[in-house]
Amino acid sequence: MTPPEAILPLRTRVAILMRMLAIQGAWNYETLVGNGVGFCVEPALRQLPGGVGGEAYRAALARQSQYFNAHPYLASVAVGALARAELEGVEPAKIERFRTAMCGPLGSVGDRLVWAAWLPLCALSALLVFALGAGPLGTVLTFLISYNAGHLALRIWGINVGWQDGLKVAHALGNPVLRHGPVWLARAGTLVAGVALPLVVQRLVGTGRTVQFEVLAAVAVGGVLLTRFHGRVEAWKWSLGMLALLALYSVLR
Amino acid sequence: MNLVETGALSLLGGILGLDVVSFPQAMLSRPLVAATFTGALMGAPERGLILGATLECFALETLPVGASRYPEWGSSSVVGGALVALPGVKGAGALLLAVIAALSWAWVGGWSMVQLRRLNAVWARRRHEAVARGSRTTVIGLQLYGMTADLARGALMTAVGLTIFVPLMQLALARWSTPELFTRGVLMALAGIVAAGATHKVFHAISGTRWYMVAGLAIGAVLLVVLG
Repeated sequence: MTPPEAILPLRTRVAILMRMLAIQGAWNYETLVGNGVGFCVEPALRQLPGGVGGEAYRAALARQSQYFNAHPYLASVAVGALARAELEGVEPAKIERFRTAMCGPLGSVGDRLVWAAWLPLCALSALLVFALGAGPLGTVLTFLISYNAGHLALRIWGINVGWQDGLKVAHALGNPVLRHGPVWLARAGTLVAGVALPLVVQRLVGTGRTVQFEVLAAVAVGGVLLTRFHGRVEAWKWSLGMLALLALYSVLR
Repeated sequence: MNLVETGALSLLGGILGLDVVSFPQAMLSRPLVAATFTGALMGAPERGLILGATLECFALETLPVGASRYPEWGSSSVVGGALVALPGVKGAGALLLAVIAALSWAWVGGWSMVQLRRLNAVWARRRHEAVARGSRTTVIGLQLYGMTADLARGALMTAVGLTIFVPLMQLALARWSTPELFTRGVLMALAGIVAAGATHKVFHAISGTRWYMVAGLAIGAVLLVVLG
């Protein structure tokens, strides 16, 4: 007998979205985000026959709380799809295969889109706004509003598309935003970085045209030298060492 | 800094430390936000903003990718923001010392996050059978344990950081001898170099970004002349 088509009430979707914000609450090196997936799917599982504590509920919750790895925002795609699969009574082996198959793509697509493109673009845009003279509130709001507009949109889209397509959701990863977004965002990020960096340095250095020029020249030379290492150097750690030496010199002299 | 101030800042550090990974990952913990907010809370929003922007240049190089160890900017930015906003503290020396404190504490904070993840694994292992039985209280409990421990971790990191760095900062500033312009110049040059290198590191794999950078620099140079 085919089970009746499952429905995910708005209240349950909101509960899942709220829980998605805490999906990494128990992140660890063994099950990674697995317990978090169980935690997020749980509001939907309450609709299973027998309700909370019923046989079907317990079996589904146990299944969903096993090892899982994904980008925290894009994990919403899996959560939506898994909620639907469980409520439609898809056989456990199929669900297991889906979980295994989705781990890699949801991790790499999310890392490329969010951590390596959206976050730096938003941070650089806020730095540009700062460099153009914005105060504390304007700078902080520019960053938080722009970043979280994308952040929340991605989580909401993920839950909805996952629920809509169920275990056939893999094709959603071919969405133009996910496929081409990192390229567009990276280009925009580089453009903004080019505009922002000289102006940021100028504002941070403050008064003194000669010093501004010297610092900008140092940044240009240092930046070019650093690019020769192609990311093999953690420059912030080297900088910390140099700053510590300057501080020691300044205090002990 | 009295106990009440330390307690309030530690709570803020806990909340912002929690944001880094556990909840809600809305990037409230980025230095630009956390240091500015702390500075504003201490009555010096502009100094907090300058520190936040400087730290953000360094933070661009470190992305919070999955299982890797990365600096914990939430509680460390609160420590830095509090240092730079201390009454009577001013000048490039203070800014440089606050940057050193925030960067080193972010590094230690990254280590503390690794320890927390190991602790989470121990808790998960001990409750494995209950999870395998589909125990709702265990699944929810593990999330709550993890988040509470992360909140406590961030608060503790902030409290310890303030206890160490506030007296060190006052001691160092009283003996600071390097001229203001030189100190500021070195600090901002390093911040700029790290930011420039980070931009290349993050975006260089995408074709054409070199030309976007050149175009951006040209616009930036024009703005520098026009606005400067």
